[in-house]
Amino acid sequence: MKELLLQRLGWIGLTALALGLLTYGLDRVGLEPVSLLEAGLLAMTPLALAAVGECVNEKAGVVNIGLEGTLLISAVAGVWVAEQFGSGVAGLIGGMTVGGLIGLVLGLLAVYGRSDQIIAGIGLNLFALGFTPYLLMSLWAFPGIHIFPRELMVPRWITPIGQISPVTVLAVLLAILAHVLLHHTVLGFRIRAVGEKPEAVDVAGVRVDRLRLFTSVLGGALCGLGGAFMPLAWFGGVVKEISAGRGFIALACVVFAGLEPLLALAAAFLFGLTEGIAYAVAVTPGVKERIPFYFVNMLPYVTTLLVVALVIGRRRFPRTIGRPYARE
Amino acid sequence: MRRARPLLESLFAISIGLIVGGLLMLPFRYDPLKAYQALFRGAFGTSHDIMETLAFATPLMLTAITFAVGVRAGLFNIGAEGQMYMGAIGAVFAASLLPLPPGIHVVVATLVAMLFGALWSLVPALLKIWRGVHEVISTIMFNWIAFHLAMYLAIYYLAEPGRAERTRPALPTARYPILAEGSTLTAVIFVAVLFCIAVYFVLWGTRLGYELRLVGENPEAARYAGVRISRALLWSFLIGGMAAGLAGASQIIGRPPAWSLYATLGNVVTLGFDGIGVALVGRNHPLGGILAAILFGALQHGGRFMEYHAGVLSELVRAVNGLIVITLAVPELWAMVRRRWIR
Repeated sequence: MKELLLQRLGWIGLTALALGLLTYGLDRVGLEPVSLLEAGLLAMTPLALAAVGECVNEKAGVVNIGLEGTLLISAVAGVWVAEQFGSGVAGLIGGMTVGGLIGLVLGLLAVYGRSDQIIAGIGLNLFALGFTPYLLMSLWAFPGIHIFPRELMVPRWITPIGQISPVTVLAVLLAILAHVLLHHTVLGFRIRAVGEKPEAVDVAGVRVDRLRLFTSVLGGALCGLGGAFMPLAWFGGVVKEISAGRGFIALACVVFAGLEPLLALAAAFLFGLTEGIAYAVAVTPGVKERIPFYFVNMLPYVTTLLVVALVIGRRRFPRTIGRPYARE
Repeated sequence: MRRARPLLESLFAISIGLIVGGLLMLPFRYDPLKAYQALFRGAFGTSHDIMETLAFATPLMLTAITFAVGVRAGLFNIGAEGQMYMGAIGAVFAASLLPLPPGIHVVVATLVAMLFGALWSLVPALLKIWRGVHEVISTIMFNWIAFHLAMYLAIYYLAEPGRAERTRPALPTARYPILAEGSTLTAVIFVAVLFCIAVYFVLWGTRLGYELRLVGENPEAARYAGVRISRALLWSFLIGGMAAGLAGASQIIGRPPAWSLYATLGNVVTLGFDGIGVALVGRNHPLGGILAAILFGALQHGGRFMEYHAGVLSELVRAVNGLIVITLAVPELWAMVRRRWIR
């Protein structure tokens, strides 16, 4: 276990080094590292929130591969709530609530409906693919995109390392909290146990169904916060494909991290940084002309694939992951 | 009764999907009855509409194969989308740039598209076999890479001079014949159906198909029986890739009026994802997929009428697709219904 952790940290170190070199190279061609870090942290936030939540519910044995769909729906819902209440923060809370509700439905289907969780997740993603443009059109009578008033944006803090969103800080705190929850509390012990040996937890008098339901709602809510973050604290608008595969990149973070929230946070930072680089390349004059923007856009996906392919090895998942529990 | 069960389950899921879809119309003051009436009348009202429905069904039965063959081997291959983009690119390349005699040209363009699709599925297959990378992650990443790559190729290398919004159209020698004046249904549907039947024979009539299904149903047993699991997985991906490539081709050399790929990929995008719902409703069976594809083709063609007559955005049809998949993921729902009403 310790070895594995060290190995993973080693990989992160190596990748960080490679990225450092890359950053240096980009700096030479005219990109600013500060703006890069700023963009990277913004891109990290939804990934980290979705991934940390997913770590917790997968520990309990519930898989949600509908993160992509959750991000999409909660992004739209977040903007709508923000406009209703005239406040970006209300929008974030709204997105979180909607995400939690989606987690609740998926959890109910998984725990009581004994659903095939992978297929249910694929279904959720498909649903969101159609429901998001439908919602955009029905709510704002405009196809595929909605830009909201600038004053609804959640303000960012200005720091020496660039503008930082409070949500980013919250995401880091939540990752730490999730780590503490899983490894240093009774509840966390039960969550881990319920993924490994639900029958033992059941015999010990803990309700397996409620515990799994709780983690599913928690995971969904964090993902929903990440979804609402994208329009309200990052882009300033929502488009029908706003999530752009981030739900799956977050899943890659979870797999990479072997369900450890802190490692998932690190992975999210890594992928966020590549997205930051992609963004920076796409907007920097002098650079954007030299590299076709289509290749820059592939960068986050290629990195994700490479990292997952290189790092995956003998990671271990809870014994009953994705499987429903029934008393014998 | 027992043989009819899969059919009943699918019908049950479809009804749940349509009902929930209708409920989703209510908050926005659309009229679900009017919308669905427009949808079904639009899909099957005239013989012209039936042909359009079949034209929409053609790519769907193929992308359904991609998912279905994956599931048969125990994989969740959701890479049909990207493999289809590459197939479309292959078809544009072969159909618009290679001057070949009529007859041969169509065949070559079709085969090139299938080859491109299969090649695009090869990397996730090898990553799965060699590194154990979960196919859901790798195929989705490949879908996005394909999306950007296809747009790049379409705009930089295959664009029609003077018309940047689309690629060069397929040469007339590479086009499948249109089946009826004014319709967008072409002979490519026969190729699609034949492909589905061929996959059915491979799966249930050959040793490879048997091994593939054994790996999906019981990998342990397959291992003890001496089945080469990696070979079965590889073929599952490759057959899926060919099917998706063919689906891409069907939209380029088998679908008027464009005969080309839009630079936004607008005429192929989401057909791969739609295939997942088709496959599940068709019980992951190649022939069941044909029937399910006709149903989903009807939803897509009729969806445009729903938009026109009831104001409901046709994308809602896609949401209904998702709801159907979710319902099918929950066997308990159906079991509950059966316990209550059917004894």
